Amino acid sequence: MAELNELYQQVILDHNKKPRNFKRLERANCEQEGYNPLCGDQITLYLEMDGDLIKDVGFQGSGCAISKASASMMTTAVKGKTKEEAGLMFDEFHRMVKGDLDAETEQNHLGRLKIFAGVREFPARVKCASLSWHTLRAAIEGYGESITTEDEHRQD
Amino acid sequence: MNRKMQSALEEVDAQETLTNRFDVDRIREDFPILKQRVHGRPLVYLDNAATSQTPQVVIDAIINYYSAQNANVHRGVHYLSQLATREYEDARVRIQRFINAAETHEVIYTRGATEGINLVAQSYGRKFVHEGDEIIISTMEHHSNIVPWQMLCDGQRANLRVIPINDDGELMIEEFAQMLNKRVKMVAVTHISNALGTIVPVKRIIELAHSQDVPVLLDGAQAAPHLKVDVRNLDCDFYAFSSHKMCGPTGIGVLYGKSHWLESMPPVMGGGDMISSVTFEKTTYNTLPYKFEAGTPNIEGAIALGAAVDYLNSIGLDRIAAYEHELLEYATEVIGAIPGVRIIGTAREKASVLSFTVEDIHPHDIGTILDQEGIAVRAGHHCAQPVMKRFDVPATARASFAFYNTKEEIDALAAGIQKAIEVFS
Repeated sequence: MAELNELYQQVILDHNKKPRNFKRLERANCEQEGYNPLCGDQITLYLEMDGDLIKDVGFQGSGCAISKASASMMTTAVKGKTKEEAGLMFDEFHRMVKGDLDAETEQNHLGRLKIFAGVREFPARVKCASLSWHTLRAAIEGYGESITTEDEHRQD
Repeated sequence: MNRKMQSALEEVDAQETLTNRFDVDRIREDFPILKQRVHGRPLVYLDNAATSQTPQVVIDAIINYYSAQNANVHRGVHYLSQLATREYEDARVRIQRFINAAETHEVIYTRGATEGINLVAQSYGRKFVHEGDEIIISTMEHHSNIVPWQMLCDGQRANLRVIPINDDGELMIEEFAQMLNKRVKMVAVTHISNALGTIVPVKRIIELAHSQDVPVLLDGAQAAPHLKVDVRNLDCDFYAFSSHKMCGPTGIGVLYGKSHWLESMPPVMGGGDMISSVTFEKTTYNTLPYKFEAGTPNIEGAIALGAAVDYLNSIGLDRIAAYEHELLEYATEVIGAIPGVRIIGTAREKASVLSFTVEDIHPHDIGTILDQEGIAVRAGHHCAQPVMKRFDVPATARASFAFYNTKEEIDALAAGIQKAIEVFS
């Protein structure tokens, strides 16, 4: 029960209900799809890049509360950041939800994103929290093809 | 009749009613896993359409096999090999009776329903399906009854056609009848939909297909544990099912095929056991069923499936079906009454599967919250993405009931859903 409250915190539920930057960016010069077919989570991420700078970011799609809130909070966190800064946050976020980084005691740049630390108690949901982040990384690295995080457990 | 005799007779009557009553508490005692607690709560296992739980007699059969019978089959002259062979083939006979097949050799052991369907698609398909021919499936098939036919159609340049379903999740028979023509070489449909619970009127489908000389394969993975299957009465040409959905172990299943089809079909796997003689110039294939059973089979699986069949028979499929129907009706009423719940799949003829969505809560979140209450349901597309598309939902939550489930467990499910609604309110 404590774990459940930790997972579905008010901030997460709020971002699920009213996702921020939930729109198609007209001026996007980078677009990337992420899709977890087993869950049915789908996200399209729009980036307006100015060189290495993420000038603006938006997303559309559907999915569970965790994936939607994670995408919403990610967009607010990476707006105005450089590719390198976003890449570092990806790495820290990923390690945190998998339980490899204690965001409370170890140094990190996650800020408000620390609220997703509770996901580590729910291994089946790591892929939900990390879908938008993997989509962002694929966008920045210019993958083009749709990506998925459903093979996440196999990477461990 | 004196008073004493009358009261004695009444007592007998009362006892008879008791034995006829479905004693679910006693049945639950047969399943050691049901005593487990999950996240501190009693396990409420409602994911039976994915896999069923295993009774002690089946577990014992596996233990006994490795403790006292283990040897390769059909090979040795020694005692153990003969014992293992006898047990393995005895199980085949019991399965034959279970589905009322005419011949024992019409029962082919496979890894499961998926392998059975693939076997027919690859063997029958490559021989009898040619360019421009058609295969008919339905909208509510599991991926395992879609993809093997797609693969076949790709290879043979044949066309896959799909029977539509209505808003209740029922197959549209009129449309199906109009799809039949001389180019159709196979109709492959499910007996019970895993995602919707619909019981398909397969007998009518078979009659229509046979009137045009088209054979029919039934995907019986969901049906075999929930209703009495009689392949001769149905007159189906192929029937595929899986042991792990009917109280048996994983990794074993059965393909039933009518003799004349199986005789005319080439093997798809070569190796030991499926041959009668081998030279480098020419190999002669073994007779049925061994022609389709290359390599050392899943011996313990077959024996344990035999034990599962005995177990199901000891309760009786008719009684199982009746009790599960009671559970389904209760669940439909209780879960359907929760505000915001939409039940997906409202066919008139339904097996004990309840697929649903809850307004503004993703099925995955429902699954996680229910899990914390010890309740196991499936959340996702149930390997039936075309069904999800048909009902315009990305996924559903699915509770599927077995004869060892209770109304109290359905009450727990309802409370769990209410809790999810509270968390999200």
